[in-house]
Amino acid sequence: MPLILGMSILLACQFAGELLVRAFDLPIPGPVIGMVILLVGLLVRGKVPSSLRTTGEGLLRYLTLLFVPAGVGLMLHGRLIADDWLAIGMTLLLSTALTLAVTAWVMQRLANRFGGRQ
Amino acid sequence: MKVAELGELWVYLSGNPLLSLLVTLLAFALAVRINRMLGGTPLLHAVTLSIALIIVFLLISGIDYATYFEGAQFIHFLLGPATVALAIPLYDHRERVRQLMAPLLLACLAGIATAVVSTIGLALLFGADHVTVMSLAPRSVTSPIAMGVAEKIGGIPSLAAGLVLITGSIGCALGPGIFRLLGIRDPVVQGFTMGLAAHGFGTAQSFARLGAMAGAFSGLAMGLTGLVTAFILPLIVGLFGL
Repeated sequence: MPLILGMSILLACQFAGELLVRAFDLPIPGPVIGMVILLVGLLVRGKVPSSLRTTGEGLLRYLTLLFVPAGVGLMLHGRLIADDWLAIGMTLLLSTALTLAVTAWVMQRLANRFGGRQ
Repeated sequence: MKVAELGELWVYLSGNPLLSLLVTLLAFALAVRINRMLGGTPLLHAVTLSIALIIVFLLISGIDYATYFEGAQFIHFLLGPATVALAIPLYDHRERVRQLMAPLLLACLAGIATAVVSTIGLALLFGADHVTVMSLAPRSVTSPIAMGVAEKIGGIPSLAAGLVLITGSIGCALGPGIFRLLGIRDPVVQGFTMGLAAHGFGTAQSFARLGAMAGAFSGLAMGLTGLVTAFILPLIVGLFGL
């Protein structure tokens, strides 16, 4: 029973998120809005129901697996990627490295300055 | 059993959702085991490896992606509720999030600006096609958002989704090395950075390697980056005059 209850809460939040996206033509996916809705709900309620925790943490433990089906879709773009592979490869590699370094560096400096260390 | 019957059996199985589901789970289990045998190296991520294994299997067996996805969509569907579930670790660590609100927002803006400007700049420098550049631009945000944004600025949504996934695996491979280079040990900073630069892949890796707190910040970064990028990317593209 806890799994069913927890899953229902998650799906209800996602559903509400999808509805809001449709209603206001938002450029954001429904599940992200659903996450905000659930967060607000938890803050109002003041605790995480154990059924929700069981289901949610179970899903998050296997988060990586959930990306596999979409990733296999890369096989559809073999030709496009092959045509521009050098530009795409270099751009992804350098830009990702730069993004990681800049974000981590800024965050580390600011976190120290704001004295948020535990 | 006669050969003709085996052939019929294969026709039945290859069109059945059961086979894609089973192949996806087995490939993932195998990839996790191989990754563990190699000492859990981030260079050969279990996701990247299982995607490669499945693509090879589909190419050899002649099953097309649409048929595969009919079965695999049951796994894909769980991404929605899993994204919603990110609210749980965020709620658990709400005090820490509140404390770090200002640095989080500023780092997020700096990261997004770096990601978008360097992506467009480098892609133009290396002479990529206009459509390719526009499909690359939203590469660091989670794929559903990236697809919407790519469409809006003139890229190909499904190509954008694929590039997002490659970005995710590159981020997971580079992250640990870059953190070591910069001497960054704080799991909060690592998690947040991974979520910003490598979206869901980074978040999944943060949960697995650094724990729930890093995972929570990673999920926060992923959501925040998606939201902000959706609004400012079209503006930045305008600045480049594209």
